[in-house]
Amino acid sequence: MALLEIRGLTKDFGGVRAVDGLDLDAAEGEIVSVIGPNGAGKTTLFNLVTGMTRPDRGEIVFDGHGIVGLRPSQIIELGIARTFQNVRLFPEMSVRENVMVARHCRTRSGMLKAVLRPPSFRREEAETREAAERALAFFGARLVGWRFDTPARSLSYANRRRLEIARALASGPKLLLLDEPTAGMNPHETGELIGLIRRIRDEIDVTIVLIEHDMRLVKGVSERVVVLDYGQMIAEGRYDEVASNERVIEAYLGRKASPA
Amino acid sequence: MARTNSLRRGPVAARRVRRLPVVDAFLWLVRIAAIALLLIGAVSSISSARLSGQQWRDLVVFGIAQGSVYALVALGYTMVYGVLRFINFAHGEVFMIGAMTGYFVTDGLARTALWDAAPILALLITLICCMTVSALVALLLERVAYRPLRGAPRLIPFITAIGASFFLQYTMASLFGTSVKAYPEVDILSGTFDVLGFRILRVHLLVIVAALSIMAGLYLYVERTRAGKAMRAVAEDPEIARLMGVDVDRTIARVFGVGGAMAGAGGLLFGLVFQNVHFLSGFLPGIKAFTAAVLGGIGNIPGAAVGGLTLGMVESMGPSLVLVGLGIPAAHQLKDVVAFLTLVMVLIFRPTGILGERVREDRA
Amino acid sequence: MTTVVEAPAAAVGSRVVMIGLVGGAVAVFVSANGMVEAFSERELLDGLTLGAVLLLSIPLLVGYVAGRRQPELEGFATRPPGWRNPATGLLAGFISGVTIGAFVLLIATVDLRGVLLNVTPELVRDDPRILTFGLEPGAGAGLLVGLFAVLGGLAGAIQVLPDLWRRAVLAAVGWVLAFGLMQAVVSQVLRGLQQQLRIWTEPLADFLYDTSGALSIAGITVVAVLGFCLQLLGSRKPRALVNARLERLTDRSRRIVRVAVLAAALLLLGLLPQVLGSFLSEVLNIAGIFLLMALGLNIVVGFAGLLDLGYVAFFAVGAYTTALLTSPQSSLGVGWIFWLAVPFVVLAAAVAGLLVGTPVLRMRGDYLAIVTLGFGEIARLLFLSDWLKPTFGGAQGIIQVGDITVGPVGVRTPQAFFYVIFVFVLLAAYATYALQDSRIGRAWMAMREDESVAEAMGVDIVTAKLSAFIVGAVLAGFGGALFATKIGSVFPHSFNVIVSITVLVVIIVGGMASVPGVVLGTMVLVGLPELLREFEEYRFLIYGALLIFMMLRRPEGFIPSKRRAEELHEEEIAQDEWLKTQDTGSRPEPGSRPEPGSRPEPS
Repeated sequence: MALLEIRGLTKDFGGVRAVDGLDLDAAEGEIVSVIGPNGAGKTTLFNLVTGMTRPDRGEIVFDGHGIVGLRPSQIIELGIARTFQNVRLFPEMSVRENVMVARHCRTRSGMLKAVLRPPSFRREEAETREAAERALAFFGARLVGWRFDTPARSLSYANRRRLEIARALASGPKLLLLDEPTAGMNPHETGELIGLIRRIRDEIDVTIVLIEHDMRLVKGVSERVVVLDYGQMIAEGRYDEVASNERVIEAYLGRKASPA
Repeated sequence: MARTNSLRRGPVAARRVRRLPVVDAFLWLVRIAAIALLLIGAVSSISSARLSGQQWRDLVVFGIAQGSVYALVALGYTMVYGVLRFINFAHGEVFMIGAMTGYFVTDGLARTALWDAAPILALLITLICCMTVSALVALLLERVAYRPLRGAPRLIPFITAIGASFFLQYTMASLFGTSVKAYPEVDILSGTFDVLGFRILRVHLLVIVAALSIMAGLYLYVERTRAGKAMRAVAEDPEIARLMGVDVDRTIARVFGVGGAMAGAGGLLFGLVFQNVHFLSGFLPGIKAFTAAVLGGIGNIPGAAVGGLTLGMVESMGPSLVLVGLGIPAAHQLKDVVAFLTLVMVLIFRPTGILGERVREDRA
Repeated sequence: MTTVVEAPAAAVGSRVVMIGLVGGAVAVFVSANGMVEAFSERELLDGLTLGAVLLLSIPLLVGYVAGRRQPELEGFATRPPGWRNPATGLLAGFISGVTIGAFVLLIATVDLRGVLLNVTPELVRDDPRILTFGLEPGAGAGLLVGLFAVLGGLAGAIQVLPDLWRRAVLAAVGWVLAFGLMQAVVSQVLRGLQQQLRIWTEPLADFLYDTSGALSIAGITVVAVLGFCLQLLGSRKPRALVNARLERLTDRSRRIVRVAVLAAALLLLGLLPQVLGSFLSEVLNIAGIFLLMALGLNIVVGFAGLLDLGYVAFFAVGAYTTALLTSPQSSLGVGWIFWLAVPFVVLAAAVAGLLVGTPVLRMRGDYLAIVTLGFGEIARLLFLSDWLKPTFGGAQGIIQVGDITVGPVGVRTPQAFFYVIFVFVLLAAYATYALQDSRIGRAWMAMREDESVAEAMGVDIVTAKLSAFIVGAVLAGFGGALFATKIGSVFPHSFNVIVSITVLVVIIVGGMASVPGVVLGTMVLVGLPELLREFEEYRFLIYGALLIFMMLRRPEGFIPSKRRAEELHEEEIAQDEWLKTQDTGSRPEPGSRPEPGSRPEPS
């Protein structure tokens, strides 16, 4: 059984059908890329899976749980974490705190403990901190040391993207959804990210589904590529298979003028 | 490897999967209780016939008159919200300043011959003064306090507006004193008309007619003129409007000016009905007018009229109809509670209002 | 490398005229609304009343702002300081002076009293001719113009000084004003110290202040020199030195140092009410109750980002619960002791927090503010209503609220009451710090920054919001309980929306999410008006103006939380902010996300 199974997923926004009867699976340990022209429903798909938008129809089964109707905070607890297309950090919080927030669903202490500070609370805080620093250490020296305490808003753009990934990782996901992780990065940084995504999958074996426009990254990391257009899957397969698919080219470039 | 593995699952694995939506249940309970209380109260007070038909009709007329003032003030909230997605908390004070101006102008005119010779003309002059002063105050407010904050997170201009509201209140208090200022008598406005069995105070008729014609004028202005078109364009999308050659700053200023003028007119009418004004007069009507704007569907100009009239009726009839029926003593004291409860209920259960068109929300 | 770009002369000129006119308008405003007259009752500095200081501070501010050098920005050359700074200050001061001079002539010829109530004859027509310092209107107007121009020029000249010296001058001025305004406190402390500790401090008070309570010439000199020197010497070095010493200590001895410092601070605070005497202790107690509320609202607004304008409702709930349970005259008539009522205050406040919090869970910031405002008013009107009169006593309220007792001893004097309030405030401050640095605190802040992302990252929004409301409500409830027992009675009119606004102003001006800021904000904004009663009438006018000013200039408050302060030191950010205002015409906000790539990071 696949880790994530999507069946007949449909979402309308006022007359526009953003996702249209979509079926999609992601097997455990896989890296799947979702590509498609702008407005194909890719980000909506992520919003539906993470519970930020409620689908009109269809089923999403993750790790044996039907997750349609659960709140986003419950879904991340089950093990689906995401990043956002337009980087959404907590700008006034420090780098470390940003990541520590993601441990919320793995920790339990409440207000009373926070005020009384028993040993169990201190232990949990220390663990949270460690987990956060570990997640940040994934990116080498970039987000560690003095950067722990700088506010997220003072980071460079690429570092903000990295921080977002670290934050998602810290929640201990089984499935990681990356929404255009390289948007705004230069070629060198993109190259680095290709290696990193593989490392994440291999070292902490999470399944990764990513949305991407940069074909270099798609080619570099994905074991399977899914192409969406108008909310439907129009092709699926290995990168080179998909890249030569007639319908995909059509979706990106438009239909060839028929000979008169 | 072991180090990174511990990233995977924390000490506590996922346990709760689905939780009973307690909050939803609570809100449904509130909803049902509210409707039940409403019905019980209404039925028992109608069946007990505590008030005569005539008294009910008086309440209706009063409700409409009161409601048309709310509607005029609500226009300012709704227009500004439509364009900037911003609640101009100080709008109630713009209204109060209109009423104050009305007091000073009528007080001045009452000592001249014009007051008795041509009372209608005198009132018209007063109206123009009130609208002008209020519009100027609204423009000043926009220029000094709100324009520099455009594009800031929503709460920042809102807090500024709270500050502006208090600043204006206490400016009026410190300049003109904290006493209640009584409007002079207007002879042509005392007495009543009888229309279709309704006994209408002349002043109420004036208020209703004036408010309706001013609103009709505004509607034509927004729908028919170039400036009105620019306003609608900015409300739809300021960026695109700018690209299309609309002077956005100027249009927004105009929205404030027009909204201020409406509030000034509302202030004068309020003063004529209640015969007095003081520096805190704007606070409650301001919040109520905002309630009216939300009730009608904020951002929607006809909605402000509908919401204003509805709120006026709810407020004038509510205590007698529902609260008295529930056996609550001195129900008229709770008039404002009824208005606030209406606001709370509308925002909880139907934030889109009666004419419910959802306005564009800018959330990233 | 940098190209010299100077602002065109016309732009500079219109800026100066604008500043001058605004200054003039403010001068006319404070004269017309009676502030100058009301404040001239108090002699602040030898021979100068507070009213005169208020009036004359306007050209000083105007000149200082107009004479300001251009901000140092990349690509712009800073014009070296020179004659231009005092000259622009002089010009701006002159324009302000002309405005107020014209006003003087106007009210000397036309009687505006019929409309502007506070334009009394004493301003310029009859003695003591407050505005014109006793001169005839014509001569007085001339004097004002000259005085304003000179003071404007002087203030502009400060801008010529190097930064270090300029700050020292400002510090000297600030110290003089503070010592003048705080005369009652300073002389009482000096006298109190002599009484309590038998140290020879009372003559110092007589040296600083003359018999009218104004700072004497000698006092002004000493205080100014003190402020000047301390600012010169005190730039960061000593603190760094202390920190370095602390670093070198072992963990154990560091802890001992910390405990010792804390104990000393507690001892000093314990002595405070004895030194201050009953009047000042009373002022401190009022401020303390507000501080308790402010710490609570700080959690709701500063941490969780929920703008609650009906906060006074929880204060009222705490007060009424205490009154009902401890007053033998109340409808319950049980007459418990205070401490027995405290758990019920917590319970009642928490329930009230839930009742207000639940319906607004899904509301956006500004709607939430208005609905909570509505709840606050509903609470007040219900406490006031005849309907609930059998329970809450309607407009007559509840009297004979029980005193706080410690063992067999009743807490009656303000000095004794101070200790009780102090304990509560200490607990609230501790809880604030503890919560800030915890799982729930991070959840609140994440929610404040971006609610939907916080939820996607696992924060349970319902729990987080409700817990913020509950903590805030409980702290306000404590405030209400203390208030009820301090006054000895509760009346619905004490629970006006004004209370909510006051608390909001305190936390915004002090610095949101920063405990020291909230403390200082309360002392200045609540304590000072209690001390200087002439402020009372203008209190909310000043609050309103402060709110607008803060939002326009320093939304982070005067004492921002540690994190924000660190940020402010990064010049890079200041520059970015400036750049942003240049291309969008709007000002950036702490909450806003900068545009991609707009902030290159040095690596």
